[in-house]
Amino acid sequence: MAFDPVSRSGDPDAAPDGATLTHLDSGDSLLHAEPPPLDAWSEGRHAPAVGPWRLAGRRLRRNKVALAFLGLFIVLVAMCLLAPVYANRVAQIGPNTNNVTGTVNVRGHSENVVSLDGVPIGPTWTRHYFFGADTNGRDLAVRLLYGGRTSLLIGGVATLIIIIFGTLVGLVSGYLRGPVDGVLRWLMELVWSFPPVILGVVVGTALAFGGIGPIKGNSIWIPTIIIGGIYVPYLGKPIRGEVLRLREHDFVDAARVVGIPPWRIMMSEILPNAASTITVFVPIMLANAILLESYLSFLGAGVQAPNASWGTLISDGLPYISTTPSFSLIPGAMLVLTVLSINIVGDGVRDALDPRAQVRIKT
Amino acid sequence: MAERLLDVDGLQVSFVTEDGVVRAVDGVSFTLDRGEVVAIVGESGSGKSVTAMTLMGLTRGPNSRFGGSARLRDRELVTATEDELQRIRGEEIAMIFQDPISSLSPVHRIGDQIVEQIRAHEKISKAAALDRTVQLMERVGIPRAAERARAYPHEFSGGMRQRAMIAMALSLSPSVLIADEPTTALDVTIQAQILEEIRQLSRESDSGVIFVTHDLGVVADIADRVVVMYSGRVVEQGTLNEIFYDPQHPYTWGLLGSVTRMDREPPHRLPAIPGQPPSLVNAPTGCHFRPRCPHAFDKCGEVPPLESHVSESEDHLDRCWLDVSEKRQRREVEDGRIGLGQGPVAA
Amino acid sequence: MGRFIVRRSLSAIALLLATSFLVFSFFELIPNYNPARAIAGRSANQTTVNQVAKKFDLDKPFYVQYANTMKLIFTGQVIDYQNDLNVVDQFRQRFPVTFSLVVPAAIIWLVVALLLGSISALRVGRLTDRAVMVGAIIGVSVPIFLLAALLLYLFAYKWAVFPNTGYTHFGDSPTQWAYHLILPWISIAVLSIGFYSRVLRSNLLDTVNQDYVRTARAKGLSQRKVFRTYVLRNSLMPIVTLFGLDFALLLGGAALVTETVFNLPGIGQYEASAIGNLDVPPILVGAIFTAFFVVVFGAIVDVLYAMLDPRVRLTG
Repeated sequence: MAFDPVSRSGDPDAAPDGATLTHLDSGDSLLHAEPPPLDAWSEGRHAPAVGPWRLAGRRLRRNKVALAFLGLFIVLVAMCLLAPVYANRVAQIGPNTNNVTGTVNVRGHSENVVSLDGVPIGPTWTRHYFFGADTNGRDLAVRLLYGGRTSLLIGGVATLIIIIFGTLVGLVSGYLRGPVDGVLRWLMELVWSFPPVILGVVVGTALAFGGIGPIKGNSIWIPTIIIGGIYVPYLGKPIRGEVLRLREHDFVDAARVVGIPPWRIMMSEILPNAASTITVFVPIMLANAILLESYLSFLGAGVQAPNASWGTLISDGLPYISTTPSFSLIPGAMLVLTVLSINIVGDGVRDALDPRAQVRIKT
Repeated sequence: MAERLLDVDGLQVSFVTEDGVVRAVDGVSFTLDRGEVVAIVGESGSGKSVTAMTLMGLTRGPNSRFGGSARLRDRELVTATEDELQRIRGEEIAMIFQDPISSLSPVHRIGDQIVEQIRAHEKISKAAALDRTVQLMERVGIPRAAERARAYPHEFSGGMRQRAMIAMALSLSPSVLIADEPTTALDVTIQAQILEEIRQLSRESDSGVIFVTHDLGVVADIADRVVVMYSGRVVEQGTLNEIFYDPQHPYTWGLLGSVTRMDREPPHRLPAIPGQPPSLVNAPTGCHFRPRCPHAFDKCGEVPPLESHVSESEDHLDRCWLDVSEKRQRREVEDGRIGLGQGPVAA
Repeated sequence: MGRFIVRRSLSAIALLLATSFLVFSFFELIPNYNPARAIAGRSANQTTVNQVAKKFDLDKPFYVQYANTMKLIFTGQVIDYQNDLNVVDQFRQRFPVTFSLVVPAAIIWLVVALLLGSISALRVGRLTDRAVMVGAIIGVSVPIFLLAALLLYLFAYKWAVFPNTGYTHFGDSPTQWAYHLILPWISIAVLSIGFYSRVLRSNLLDTVNQDYVRTARAKGLSQRKVFRTYVLRNSLMPIVTLFGLDFALLLGGAALVTETVFNLPGIGQYEASAIGNLDVPPILVGAIFTAFFVVVFGAIVDVLYAMLDPRVRLTG
């Protein structure tokens, strides 16, 4: 270990390898979680300036786990979106087609879809009734994919609503302040104070009754709007906080002094700076929206018959949990895999955009 | 002959990051004797803070790699166990940090924080420790100390907070005091007071002080010896007079040249050293200062060793291939002023 | 402190009134909804519907209805639409069940989450940390009803370790009481453990990079001391806030999914069926009940905060 680089001849600029430099590790690594501030270390890099987004993208690309689950998520979404294709070409049966008396050809044998004592066929692992049938003879795999389609559609559109309105409300509220802020803030607090499930079930049940305006009671847009509305404050409040901080910066004053109108300032000065916060929230909100939809549908306040979603499928399968757990557990597994993938990708996005949030260890 | 407190020899500290290995400290050597103040000067990224913190083992972690040696009297610090270091911290080496508002816990009383330090090393009662704390606070110039010991950091002004930190650092009479830019976050009038405080206290307790700073004015005020660091290496070291009046390294010339002086006419433009400090991940080969040095020549592709070139003083070391006489010529910019210069003087 | 209590109590009353008013108003605004008809049943004739309307004051103007309902609530005489039961009695009977469900679950989840979050942060980047984080992220990705269904299937049916559903009072048999509640406790705890351990870990990692932690180490304090005194205390504060709200909501009946799946006769189950039938009185009482807990625990959290962080002063 006595090693003097000054007098060493040869190449003093070789990167130190583990053998020549000792590594000291003192047990708990928590208390040395981060090397001292790196200030000028990445400065004089003599390389083109890399913006924070490009940097984040690079970091994300290095995150193999997040990428893997992103891939999984894309596959799951594709499968569900292609539900009609599966129904028509592969299973050749629709999601709501009852087939109690039919038979199916499984590896050469002909079997009853629903047996004489009412027990539906289990997974056949073939194109027909891949995951088996339910007591009405419906193809579970087809229902699974259609249900997924519904769940993802509701979750996706709800997330869109959340992002658009949450950002808008946060921007307007935080930038304009005054009475507008007062009202919006009060509204946000109000919605935010109720537990999402309870609020969703109350409003969901109420609106499922008679619909609202031109939208019918059993339309899937009702849970979509409800879920979107419930989570708007969850984005609106942080964005408002961010905007409050940003508007104190000099560049905002500069824009104001030059005479740029408020809405322009909000859009072109403040919004881009809040963009990374918004981006971090997208996967979080998507996961929450899909989960909330499953809760609501499970409790009967979300997706209504004849539509199905993963939540309704799980609920339908619950009475059979002791005999045929797959009725509930297979849609459940799909749901968990989807939400899990989104959460993992979301963590990856957050780490990529905010490196301080995570200690990076390189072996 | 004053006792040698610290002997740093070829210290190396590197950090493994996802962008590569950062060689923050690349072979730094210097010494500290009792009663002297050694200033480590450099810009951000020079490795001066990492050097200081490494002496206390504060840079250890899963990403850090060490080499070289740093001896506190007869004990090796770089390889000391965490237990050994724990004993040394506070008792033999103490540190004052840059920003007292964030360096003190906001939810604990100031007096309690000092008492805690004392009782972590000495078996005395809380009351006795509190007495000593109040005395210390008085000694560093905090008025109404007994009362103020019960206050929280946010109830102190910046200067008072820093004095409290000094009190805390000196509470166990350490032989080495490391001050990491203690005045950077304070305004100039307070700065002078704090410097005076440090100087006086170190004299009283006969401890050695390592003073890390980027401010040459502070260096001139307080240092006995100066170590100039650039990009992880020591590029020059010597006594205060040697550095200010006979600087041997172009970087030092640049630093001196960029300081305004009251005893001269102000220049048209304050000369800055052109360029950027190099990346510590992809450091240039040879002398690190080469890309920014107007005096660089082909030999500079080899790392210059840290040696004494000035015959009259064997402790005045520098890392530059140039001849001493060349240096003395080139560093003259205008009417006797020292600066970075333009390059080879026209014959 | 006295002033704090007075101010808080006043704002609490205001909040309870506001909540009740809002909830009540909401049901007035439901489009295409005639409560009298809904209660009487689809096939009832007009006379029956009118009788029902009279019985529940549904023909009176809005503010009269509200005033009457509130009066009935506070005199303990309000009855629900569907089953003619006294709502306040129902709440009183059912509260011990919800309490038995929520309190032990909360203790479990808090202790485990603090442990896991701390261990994870202390071993950051290493296998333990990764393992815990994987578990945590799975925990927050599973809906409670699904976890409940899975637990029921595995432990109540397939391996018959625990009873499937139902509730036994503590007084009747403590062992049976616990036995019936273990699966529900796990169902609630898993999600919260996942969430809170992640939050704690994140807070710990942030705190540990603070300058004052560096100073504490420079003072020569042992790692344990630094962690306990400086790191943990500062990281716990946001958790205290979250926990206070969560706990209050659960006591008020937010665990309705768990109660429904495991057939526990608690407040949540009652509220769930009331909501399903758009039965206003229980929903109203439930809202007030929950708001009450939110206020109480909100105040407790604020007091704790003021104790932990001297920069915070108790305001009204």
